Amino acid sequence: MTKFIVGGAVIACALAYMIYAGVTQSVVYFVTPGELRAAAVPGKAYRLGGMVVPGSLKWEPRTLDLSFALSDGTATVPVRHKGTPPDLFGESRGAVVEGSWVGDGYFRATLIMAKHSEEYKAPHDTSAAGYKELIKTLRGDGR
Amino acid sequence: MTADLGFGMTLVALVLAVYGGAAAGVGARTGRAALVESAQHAALGVFVLITACFALLTYAFLTFDFSVRYVATNTNLGTPFYYRITGVWGALEGSIILWSWMLALYTLIVVLRHRSTARELYPWALATMLGILAFFLLVMTVAAPPFQRLTPVPADGRGLNPLLEDTGMITHPVALYLGFTGFTVPFAFAMAALATGRVGDAWLALTRRWAIVAWYFLSLGLLIGGWWSYHVLGWGGYWAWDPVENAAFMPWLTGTAFLHSVMIQERRRMLKLWNISLVILTFGLTLFGTFLTRSGVIASVHSFTQGAIGILFLSFLALVLLTALGLVAWRWEVLRSQGDLDSVVSRESAFLLNNVLLVAAAFTVFFGTVFPLLSEAVRGVKVSVGAPFFNQVNVPLFLSLIFLMGVGPLIAWRRASLDNLARNFLWPVVLGVVAAAAAFVLGVRSSLAALAFAAAAFVLATIALDFGRATRARLRAGESLLPAMGGLVRRHNRRYGGFVVHLGILIIALGVTGSQAWSVQTEMTLRPGETAELVGYRVRFDGLTAVEESNHFKVVGAFTVSNGRVLGVLRPAKKFYPQEQSPIAYVDYRLGLKEDIYLVLGDFARDGRQATVKLQVNRLVSWIWIGGAVLTLGALLAILPDRRATA
Repeated sequence: MTKFIVGGAVIACALAYMIYAGVTQSVVYFVTPGELRAAAVPGKAYRLGGMVVPGSLKWEPRTLDLSFALSDGTATVPVRHKGTPPDLFGESRGAVVEGSWVGDGYFRATLIMAKHSEEYKAPHDTSAAGYKELIKTLRGDGR
Repeated sequence: MTADLGFGMTLVALVLAVYGGAAAGVGARTGRAALVESAQHAALGVFVLITACFALLTYAFLTFDFSVRYVATNTNLGTPFYYRITGVWGALEGSIILWSWMLALYTLIVVLRHRSTARELYPWALATMLGILAFFLLVMTVAAPPFQRLTPVPADGRGLNPLLEDTGMITHPVALYLGFTGFTVPFAFAMAALATGRVGDAWLALTRRWAIVAWYFLSLGLLIGGWWSYHVLGWGGYWAWDPVENAAFMPWLTGTAFLHSVMIQERRRMLKLWNISLVILTFGLTLFGTFLTRSGVIASVHSFTQGAIGILFLSFLALVLLTALGLVAWRWEVLRSQGDLDSVVSRESAFLLNNVLLVAAAFTVFFGTVFPLLSEAVRGVKVSVGAPFFNQVNVPLFLSLIFLMGVGPLIAWRRASLDNLARNFLWPVVLGVVAAAAAFVLGVRSSLAALAFAAAAFVLATIALDFGRATRARLRAGESLLPAMGGLVRRHNRRYGGFVVHLGILIIALGVTGSQAWSVQTEMTLRPGETAELVGYRVRFDGLTAVEESNHFKVVGAFTVSNGRVLGVLRPAKKFYPQEQSPIAYVDYRLGLKEDIYLVLGDFARDGRQATVKLQVNRLVSWIWIGGAVLTLGALLAILPDRRATA
């Protein structure tokens, strides 16, 4: 019986260590732009949440360079990312990015999560007209 | 009118369930059969009423009855017929009806199957099931009523969440809920065992097949969920350690542990307390999962509606756990085991280790999922742990479990001699080492992948060895090959069903290993005529077209895929729903046994002059779905009536 108790204790310790090591290695801190500006540790993994500043969004399809600024009203953090912006992403919308602070004064994002608002927008004419126009251009009869 | 009728029926069902639960409980305590019989009628009544509610709501969806609030929020005039049916359980209120309906169905089957075979346990089990059913009906009346009037009646509804417009919407929730609710039956019989003090084998024998059925549906639900996210969500993955996925995975892990530990109690009269605890834990985790996903305490990509329902579930979970633990404490003396573990090297130990590892994995998933809550409560810091945490801790656990999958079924009971070990495991170990070496020679440089292959080869060899030996014994008895194999499987269906399920899990594990180790991807912006290249595949952008569907617009890209010769045209799209803030990606893919070509349309120029695509070559993913089919076969085999017992 002693063998089983020892075995159980060994497994429990191993699991505790694995969980501890796992947490310390993959923990990600949630910060706002203000908090990041106040105390940014280069290289540390952060999840930064804020509003995409209107006018800051730049997207270069050919190089896949995406840059924008996130703000929480008190501070602004420039963010750079390589890749297509997600569907829900856009100016004046909430976004959460994961990545790290680079010494040169910007946040290098490896992952962009756009915040999905739960509420559905009621269909209204302006957006429908927008889509119709889009379809027309694509079909080639808008030119 | 519809809303009032539905609400009325829900109320009557609630009253009936409460009455039935109480009648069955009193009947069980006093031994008055008439009361139990009355409870059976109540159970039937509840089932009929919930079925009627379900039918009524479906009818309201089909006829666009926007006077019902739930219909108006989850469908609109453009919703196709098919999705008007699945829309019934497309949101919280409807999914609670589906859940309750399944629970009522299970209750009815328990009545039909067990009312004359399990006289002592059955009334208590019925009382437990009706009690749980009453809770869900309470949720349906106070916290998430599907039948609520909407005035003024709108001309059109808001429409279903577009992500739910998929065939997965019919199979995924149904399978998952059948799994979740299915674990209520073993739980109810466990409570009955505690209430009567008959904690021996009777309740296990009664619920063994129920547990397999529930486990199977839960597995199926998880797999379909993986397939759905793989082909709909557009990130090319089937699993993300998302809180909602974890919520379904935790009861799967403890349920798996239970299926194995049952065998130890049957054979050696041990682990009574452990088995009861596992059932309570599994059932508790199904409630916890619902709490987690519906309360909004943890952010998740599954953006479900939130509300007071979280508190309700948490209170009910607390009530269930306190009652169950109180009963366990009361029956503490009879739960002590009669058998003893003899040796560390034995089948008992292998099963015990399997259980410890499965529960450890469940704990890891639990810890990682609630870690943000813990951290914020204890240190006031907002943090989270993502996929790296879950992978890092769980991969060693799962590899060990796969290895044990080969050891458990063959190693001797009580004490395995050196001779027994050599006879059963020498060749499988050799094959495992050969597989690892072969993987290395073939260019596999990931040690985890090599280990996974070694473990898989080892398990495969043990299964082949066992089956080969048993077949040979029958051949010597004069049978010919095919009848010998068929008879073996049919006669020991539980054992070989288990082996086939193991085979399915093995295949899934290989698919997961391959896709994690060798999938590659690239992202590029192309002009018409330009090509992107990835590991020998060339993808040429041909152009964009626009299509108008009944309830959305769609922009479709055409991409010709070739690897020397033309393989076909993939058409990933973006769908624009008027009620949605942003478009939804619609991926296209070409599935293969070796690899899938997977294409997501990203950004595009409105004049069609360029489009950004994400191209992925995902390795061995198809084996995950094939493994699921094998697992289905094995589960079916395992729940067939036991030939030996009835013959």
